[in-house]
Parts: sequence; C-alpha cells; structure tokens
Amino acid sequence: MSKTLFDKVWDSHVVKHIENGPDVLFIDRHLVHEVTSPVAFLGLKNRGIKVLYPERTFATADHNTPTRNQHLPVKDPLSANQLRALEENAKAHNIPYWGLGHEKNGIVHVIGPENGITVPGATIVCGDSHTSTHGAFGAIAFGIGTSEVEMVLSTQCIMQPKPKKMRININGTLSKAVTPKDVALFIISKLTTSGATGYFVEYAGDVFQNMSMEGRMTVCNLSIEMGARGGMIAPDETTFNYIKGREYAPKGADWDKAMTYWETLYTDADAIFDKELTFEASEIEPMITYGTNPGMGMGIKNDIPLAEAVEGGVATYKKSLEYMAFNEGEAMIGKPIDFVFLGSCTNGRIEDFRAFASIVKGRKKADNVTAWLVPGSHKVEAAIKEEGILDILTDAGFELREPGCSACLAMNDDKIPAGKYAVSTSNRNFEGRQGPGARTLLASPLVAAAAAVTGKVTDPRELMEEIYA
Amino acid sequence: MAYDKFNILKSSAVPMPIENVDTDQIIPARFLKATERKGFGDNLFRDWRYNTDGTPKEHFVLNNPIYSGKILVGGKNFGSGSSREHAAWAVYDYGFRCVVSSFFADIFRNNCLNVGVLPVQVTPEFLDQIFKAIEADPKTKLEVNLPQQSITILATGESENFDINGYKKQNMLNGFDDIDYLLNIKEGIQKFAENTPL
Repeated sequence: MSKTLFDKVWDSHVVKHIENGPDVLFIDRHLVHEVTSPVAFLGLKNRGIKVLYPERTFATADHNTPTRNQHLPVKDPLSANQLRALEENAKAHNIPYWGLGHEKNGIVHVIGPENGITVPGATIVCGDSHTSTHGAFGAIAFGIGTSEVEMVLSTQCIMQPKPKKMRININGTLSKAVTPKDVALFIISKLTTSGATGYFVEYAGDVFQNMSMEGRMTVCNLSIEMGARGGMIAPDETTFNYIKGREYAPKGADWDKAMTYWETLYTDADAIFDKELTFEASEIEPMITYGTNPGMGMGIKNDIPLAEAVEGGVATYKKSLEYMAFNEGEAMIGKPIDFVFLGSCTNGRIEDFRAFASIVKGRKKADNVTAWLVPGSHKVEAAIKEEGILDILTDAGFELREPGCSACLAMNDDKIPAGKYAVSTSNRNFEGRQGPGARTLLASPLVAAAAAVTGKVTDPRELMEEIYA
Repeated sequence: MAYDKFNILKSSAVPMPIENVDTDQIIPARFLKATERKGFGDNLFRDWRYNTDGTPKEHFVLNNPIYSGKILVGGKNFGSGSSREHAAWAVYDYGFRCVVSSFFADIFRNNCLNVGVLPVQVTPEFLDQIFKAIEADPKTKLEVNLPQQSITILATGESENFDINGYKKQNMLNGFDDIDYLLNIKEGIQKFAENTPL
C-alpha cells in the first residue's frame, strides 16, 4: 500500500496498537532540558525506577539560563535550583549532560542537529513544542508534556493516536529578501494558529527542496504555530551532506546501512493525505506580525487588516490590537521600535547571523534600539567569530551574548519591558511572551536587521539594492 | 502522577469567551521555575488576573465573585502554543476539573488528559448556548457525564455528546495514568528496542 513519509516513520515505530485508543510509539531519541523535566524525574524517583535507555537521552540547559557571564554562578535562586536539579538527575541516570559552559551547550533544537543526534526516519521528542524543528531531516519530531517526558524516561515510549496527514506544497522561486521564516509566517497567516491542529504536516515542492537544512529547520520549527503537532521534509542529498561526519551520526558500515533506510523515506507517488494545500512562492513577501498570535502576520508593506475582514471573533481581534496599541488599517512600515532580538530555536543559527550581518555591515545600530543577539549554541557562537561576523556586528555597534533561549520566552533576565516594541526572530508574539506587557513583532533576521539599523519597521529590500542589483 | 477519578461532574462554570487562549497566558514562563508540582494554581492566568503590583484586576473573570465552579469554558483554540504541562497543572490546581471549548490545541488537550482535567470539545453553536446560559444566570449548572460522554445545560436541558477515545476514558474514570500501562508492557518494549538501532 502507498504510504506517506509520515506513515513510513510512524508505522515502523508502533510497538502496539490499542483498539479504540492510542498507539504505543517507540521513541528513538529524547532531548531533555531543565524546565519540563524535574517533575518527570521526581516521578521516576517516586516509583523507584531508572531511565530505561540513557544512551537515547540527551540533556542540555537552555530555557532558564543567563546570556551573560555564564561562567559565574546563576544569580536567580530558582533558576539555579532548576539547573542543579537537571545536572543531578543526568548524573544519577547516566545521561549525557551539556550544561552551561560545555562546548556542546546550546538551545536543544540547535544542538540536536548540530551534533548529528537528529537523523532521518527517527522519532524524536522533547518537552518543548518546537521539537518540530527536527522534522527538517525527515524525522517525526514533536513536543510533549511532562507526564510524557516521564513516560519516555521510564519506558522510551509515549501513547498517542496517529495524527491526520496534511501536505503543504509551495512551488516556484522565492523573491528577493524572502527567507524560510517568511515562508513559515506566510503559511501560518493563511492557515491561522489552529489550521493544522490534529495534523502532521509534510512540506513539499521546489521551495523546500531548494532550501538549506537550516532553512528547513526554521520552517519545521514553526509547524506548531499553525497548530500542527509537527512538520517534516523528505530527506535528500542536502540532508545527507549536512549529517555526514557529525559526532553522533552513523559512521562507516553503519552509515551505509542508515543510507539504505534513509533513501526509502519519501512519500509514495499515489499516497493520500487527509488535506493538501498549495501555494506559489511568488505570493510570499517579507513578513511581519502585528498582533498577539503568529497567525496575525502579513507582507511588511501591507496595512493592518480591518476587524471586519478577519475571520474569527472581532472582540478577540480588537483585544489583540489594543494590547499592541495598533489600529486597524495602519501601515507597519515606519513604526518606531525599541528592541531587536536575533536568536531562538527558530532563527539562532549561523545562516541567520549571516543574513543579519549582510544588512548591518557598514551601517550603525540605531540609537533608539537595544539589540540582543543571542547565538543558538556555542558552535554557532564560534562560527560567528571564525567567519568575521562578530567584527561586522561590533563595528556596527552590536554586542554578542552567550547562547540560550533568552528573550524568546523571557524566563531569564532578558525581558522586553512593558509597552516596548521588539522586532524578534523568535516564534511567538503572545501577550507577555517576551516579558510582561512586551509587544512583539515576529519577523526574519533580515527584517530584524533592517529595524535594528533604522530604529523602525523597514522593508529590508530597501537596504539590499547594492547586494542584489 | 495520580489524580482524582472523573465520573459525573455537576458544577457552575467560569466563562472566558476569548479565542486562542495560549499557554503563555494560562501560566507565563517566568512561573515555570519550580522543580516540584506545587502551587501553580496561584499563578493561573497570572498577567490577566493580577496587576504588576500584585493587586487583582477586578474585571478579570476569576476575580469576579459571581463566577465560580469546577468547569472553565473557553473560546476556540484553547491552549495553543507552548507544550508546558504546567498550564494543565495550573488549571487543575486552581480547582478546575473540566475545560469546555469548541476547539483545543493538540498538546494541551493531551496534557489535560494526562493530569486529570477533562477537555470537552463541543460545537461552536453549543459553546454559544453555554455562554448565553451563564450570562443569563452566572450560577447556572452544567453536567459533564463522562460515562455517557455528554454535557448538559441543566437549566434548559440542552445537551450534546463529546468524543474521547475509549482508552483515555477508562483512564479518567479510574484515575490511571499511561506510565502504569507502559511499565506493564516493558518487556515487549525492550524486545522492540533491540531491533531498533540508535
């Protein structure tokens, strides 16, 4: 029978199907961080059991860590306590732990791929909704709750009904300054934040085939923002070239064996999806959000839609604009901003820093802007230095911080103050997401860079003529 | 973690007719620093419920004494965003045992089922009827009947059935969790793992 990519990976991991109930799904790799794991480890302790497969489990500290002076003790006692708990739990259960200062430390969804932990055809979970990132490799990867973290630690399985399948096709060539982030924000603006709920998405077509691995990660990362449990892209030469030689990737005969399997990971020609959507690459513009969920996005040169033109509740829409202190029908271009955040599991990789640097090179940070540039990992940080990007950033008046989730969810001190506007390359513009009262405009690294040097919402294409002419 | 069994719940309900209530609103990230599952109810809807100086915002529904009960009724796409189970813990710890909406985000729904909060998905029309019934009488009672998979507005008798898979239903009725089930089939899992290389 014809199968989708998703079917092939899911079906081969079903330990048991429960009639009128969920599948027991085997998990190949489990990523663990400090915030959603302590109560799960406590559960194991209360039951008197150990982690079943520590060699399939990897732990890092990222959500609740400072992005300055990481060599010093963490000041906030609650954060310090949570970091200590993870370190102790990892030690007690023999789990590799890449804590603060470790060369492999970084955001969980950046370091998985970077170290070759993320491979095609694997099932990967983490107590974090952006686990969907790893789907870029043709893996089934999704976020789970703490009860499920406890299940995976203790039995390497979770219990979930098989989701429905959706394919999103985008063919054609992306226009100038349109990045993978814009592609994802465009799709979410079309589907809304609940348009893919109950589905697992496969992204197909020219646009994704021609995209780099890092770009694919950005797109799959944002699958959850359209409600999908996860998103995936069939592995190809781009995927295999990225993985080859990374520390945890298979080597020698194991590599050949893995390749034999990986090359079967595509959707069969006549396989059927529960839902299929198609867009044209030329429809997509550099995007920006104006509201309080990632579905409230539009081409950067457009005007904020009128409430009557929007699907869904008018009251909810108006409440959202009120929080942002924006009016229906206003342009976004030219709006003054206060902060820029470059980073997160969505856009904290080296290509994102290259893109940001391409705009700020030879320019200066606007005086009214506070910029937080936070690499996704120490490896990204090292590449920024090696490639000379740090010099470009420093010359333009920017400063580089140390890796972590940072202002994306503002658990640490990196909080945008109440009422201030931040152009952020992260993934959520919910009320208070980046700090109580903070107002977030989600955008690509190019749009963030254009805002950082002009101090207002600016179309990056206006600053790119000389590069692309 | 064990939770109270769920059978038939008759209670007044707290209305929150807002769409896309995300888990960052249910419990903001800065309250996720605990290493034990304690006290999350105090920070449920923290930034909608309290001013920055800690005083209650009088217009928020949880601060309005005319509304109370063990059922929270929310707008479409309830629980979107972050996978934090802390959101479901906060709902449970505050005293809710059931959340009603016309549409739930996936992970939140799962998390609820795992911690003993019953997510009841109704049609948009029935959700509207519930909101209207509460508006007419804030003390009006709903009956959520898990064995029969039905929800009824007791004052009017209007009723609707809801879906839940048979396995999860049994778990909720008995207060069981998935880990007990998985630990019971551990040998089968280990056999499966032997054939599944890293």
